[in-house]
Amino acid sequence: MDEALLRALTPAVIGVLVRRGADFASAEDAVQDALVEAVRAWPDSPPHDPKGWLVTVAWRKFLDATRADASRRRREVRVESEPVPGPGETADDTLRLYFLCAHPSLTPASAVALTLRAVGGLTTRQIARAYLVPEATMAQRISRAKRTVSGVRFDRPGDVATVLRVLYLVFNEGYSGDVDLAGEAIRLTRQLAAGIDHEEVAGLLALMLLHHARRPARTGPDGRLVPLAEQDRGLWDTRMIAEGVAVLQAALARDRLGEFQAQAAIAALHADAPTAEETDWTQIVEWYDELVRLTHSPVARLNRAVAVGEADGPRAGLAALAELDPSLPRHTAAAAYLRERDGDLVTAARLYAEAARSAPSLSERDHLTRQAARLNARLRG
Amino acid sequence: MAKYLLLKHYRGAPKPVNDVPMDQWTPQEVEAHMKYMRDFAARLEASGEFVDGQALSPEGTFVRYDGEGRPPVTDGPFAETKDLIAGWMVIDVETHERALELAGELSAAPGAGGEPIHEWLEVRPFLSAPPTIAE
Repeated sequence: MDEALLRALTPAVIGVLVRRGADFASAEDAVQDALVEAVRAWPDSPPHDPKGWLVTVAWRKFLDATRADASRRRREVRVESEPVPGPGETADDTLRLYFLCAHPSLTPASAVALTLRAVGGLTTRQIARAYLVPEATMAQRISRAKRTVSGVRFDRPGDVATVLRVLYLVFNEGYSGDVDLAGEAIRLTRQLAAGIDHEEVAGLLALMLLHHARRPARTGPDGRLVPLAEQDRGLWDTRMIAEGVAVLQAALARDRLGEFQAQAAIAALHADAPTAEETDWTQIVEWYDELVRLTHSPVARLNRAVAVGEADGPRAGLAALAELDPSLPRHTAAAAYLRERDGDLVTAARLYAEAARSAPSLSERDHLTRQAARLNARLRG
Repeated sequence: MAKYLLLKHYRGAPKPVNDVPMDQWTPQEVEAHMKYMRDFAARLEASGEFVDGQALSPEGTFVRYDGEGRPPVTDGPFAETKDLIAGWMVIDVETHERALELAGELSAAPGAGGEPIHEWLEVRPFLSAPPTIAE
């Protein structure tokens, strides 16, 4: 039984049922039933056309569930078992599903869960494990999401930006247990990019590839955080970087810049440097300027200040930082880093310890505590 | 088997013996402490006694319902004097003695000078449902 194939077919089959007028929740249930039957039947008699088979069975399950009369069911089944849907239609149906799962009426958490289930074809158990919540909790979240979109009329694609936001959230959840959410987000974004011609879809795909390529170097064997400058660049996946750069270049060539393309450009400049010292910080600052212009994001401003510190020296970085709200996440950590580079070790040590106390994750807290301990040891010795 | 909650206290508990802030330790001492904590959890996983554990942020706020139509009472941003929890671990062990033994071990994690930090831990048994079959 080819699990990857089933997962890849799931969204297209749900899409066909939705297009034929099934409401989303019933379509999803019918396809789950069809998958169970596939697991049972396929090992003995593999179908010539797996998707056609699934559509047929799922549609029959749907009709059963909605208690359609027998004659109509026979007619529908006969109609469906004959023509094989073309590839263009497949892409459309899957796209429809992306937009439905990322519908603005859903909370981000629900949209993510629904996308992983309906478009990604993951089981509720897998999604629950990836998010470290009980399976029953995740099942509730998904069925609530299904109810929310069940009344949504769906005849044209919605907002691409919302879909991209959802995929970005999935990517940032990273890794846990048997599902690699970052890898899953890349797979789904590739699928989206194949079905829709949009420069920011390409921008997001490039961004994910460029970050993912560096993942093996980002944590040490004991789970500790390894900062970019100290990473073993030999561990970076150069093929994935090359692909990310190519995707980004094609997107940039269309001259319609968006925030994901700008972020990917920054990631590409980091990936491009053979050593940390050879990083083109001047260009990175320019891209941060673009990013700030596009998003007005305080996080982008903070990162820009750090980049300014690398390009024009720590004093310039501290000046840029002074213009920002000190309560921003990681503001203290950035200040500590720039102070150290400026030679003010006493202040840097104090700021590192302070940043450690408000760190958002355990690995960051440990990292900042190590920095404080390192400086304090130097000051004593 | 019975479950116990081990609570590490930031404040409120009596002062531990080896009370030096972590950023004043040497990098080697920090390393040794983190390794001890990791190894401890790994060993309990191997023995089947580990259930779950998380570190917590030092910020905490006490909140209380303050009556119909009124916002909940919080204790404000001044949290210095309260007892706050640094992190917790749930273990599933044969006996109460074993729970105390493990808590003692966790409290002996090395700190400044490589000496045990003698950190205070609170051990709380879980209340569970009564057995379906009583002898």
